[in-house]
Amino acid sequence: MARLEILKTYKIYIGGQFPRTESGRFYTPLDSKGNPLANVCLSSRKDFRNAVVAARKAFGSWSERAAFNRGQIIYRIAEMLEGRRAQFEEEIIKQGKSAKEAKQEVDLSIDRLVYYTGWCDKYQQVFSAVNPVASSHFNFSVLEPTGVVAVIAPQDSSLIGLVSTIIPIITGGNTVVVLASEKLPLCAITFAEVLNSSDVPAGIINILTGQESELLSHMGSHKDVNAILYASDHKENYFKLKKLASESVKRVYRTELNFMDESAENPFLITDFQEVKTTWHPIENIGGSSSNY
Amino acid sequence: MMNNKEIPDFRFTPTIDKVGVEERVARIQTKSIKGESKVQGMKMILNMIDLTTLEGKDTPGKVKQMCYKAQHLHSQYPDCPTVAAVCVYPSMVKIAKDALGNSNIKVASVSTAFPSGQAPMEVKLMDTRFAVEQGADEVDMVISRGKFLAGDYNFVYDEIAAIKDACGPARLKVILETGELVTLDNVRKASEIAMHAGADFIKTSTGKIQPAATMQVTYVMLMAIKDFHARTGKMIGMKPAGGISTSKLALHYLWMVKETLGDEWLSNEWFRFGASSLANDVLMQLMKSKEGVYQSSDYFSID
Repeated sequence: MARLEILKTYKIYIGGQFPRTESGRFYTPLDSKGNPLANVCLSSRKDFRNAVVAARKAFGSWSERAAFNRGQIIYRIAEMLEGRRAQFEEEIIKQGKSAKEAKQEVDLSIDRLVYYTGWCDKYQQVFSAVNPVASSHFNFSVLEPTGVVAVIAPQDSSLIGLVSTIIPIITGGNTVVVLASEKLPLCAITFAEVLNSSDVPAGIINILTGQESELLSHMGSHKDVNAILYASDHKENYFKLKKLASESVKRVYRTELNFMDESAENPFLITDFQEVKTTWHPIENIGGSSSNY
Repeated sequence: MMNNKEIPDFRFTPTIDKVGVEERVARIQTKSIKGESKVQGMKMILNMIDLTTLEGKDTPGKVKQMCYKAQHLHSQYPDCPTVAAVCVYPSMVKIAKDALGNSNIKVASVSTAFPSGQAPMEVKLMDTRFAVEQGADEVDMVISRGKFLAGDYNFVYDEIAAIKDACGPARLKVILETGELVTLDNVRKASEIAMHAGADFIKTSTGKIQPAATMQVTYVMLMAIKDFHARTGKMIGMKPAGGISTSKLALHYLWMVKETLGDEWLSNEWFRFGASSLANDVLMQLMKSKEGVYQSSDYFSID
């Protein structure tokens, strides 16, 4: 007897839960032959707002967590992704790539998670500084996470672009609300299922699907978003975002990296979303310098 | 029909259809209030808040700061209403009273060995008299839940009546601590005992026990107030307290009051929210409707 295939419902990921969009809307991305891929949530500004609330709530405990433990958790994501690679490869193929390309993309995504695992307890050491000053002070600068970061993921990949943009941000102790690729959204939600079973606390990464054009202005204007990473490809949208973001003085970065390339393994993607705190500590004498040099 | 002056037999208070209450509340929660009515509602909510600090670590400085906030919720919002009252421990009443000066904001004091109520009668009376002497306009007492659950309704009734007596001109809010009353039937019964014994307000919770205020218990208490009003012609106020921290939820409470008791109850004389963090959420929503962008708590005073 013929069997009816059970099609997966792709829901969004907010605060460790998988709600449907509050708007009840969906869209149907197509594959290269014009066949529907799946029904996917068309997130609204309220979903975005809810996601920011979840990310803000999660920020305190994530940023204060021991760096080494953050690394352990990101490594765990890699482990879980490895275990479910077949599903990701299948989705990437469905979205128009060859089997070989799909395998390569999943391999690279896992490796990239491991790459940033290593940086978790090292970027502070590498990028913090002891500064020479002309007075009797021990003067040092350390990095602190910016806060809640909104990300518009690259449009041209389903998995590697998502992983490569959000993982450096959470490596640095920030929390993230990411809008997945509009045309290639399948892996994003499956990735949320991986996160959900990887010891990643609720709210650290929140994943929405939908239209950049609809959510862009809310991402830019929301006062509780501290920074934005724009990895999509509309230059005009980027400038619009920068203008809106200036109202609440938030950082906006744009990246055009090719995420399949090694250049995307880059600690500066971590430091982009760090603030520098400099402390002047009174001291008699340090490193041979005295107050009269 | 019962005689107005008679005290009813509390063993025969109506029982509550729990499933029915849940359905009614669920329907109220589907209500979406938008635009101009939302702004109006939120201003009303602000004006109904009893801004509360009830902690062992309360200091005069904390109370003064809260009193300042009570009067100046958010200066960036033009014509921002003030809250209805501040709610503090008896030892802080004088400080609050002085800090509020001749603003219209009332000072409410908890009493009767809040939050447990586990103290002898004389202590509870002294506690209450002290609060009133210090200048409290309102007294929030707790009922003896242990006695209530043991079925000693006379004790609970007499105690409320005695405290009401000690309150003098101050209005009395009776905290049922519904989180400890176990069933909605008990909530209804305790509401009736409190109202007949002289409560001016009935209040859900101390905020120290989970669950605190829920829409379900509030609905049951509102219905008790409605029936009491129908029977005696006397209006009783309602104060849900604890756990109401978002403006959306608070709007649903307002809607429920309007649906159950009508417009007469929609003022801070008859309805209050006991809350500490609700005010900021409402202010953020108000600013959102003014500016059109989502707000951050970084731009609002710490509460």
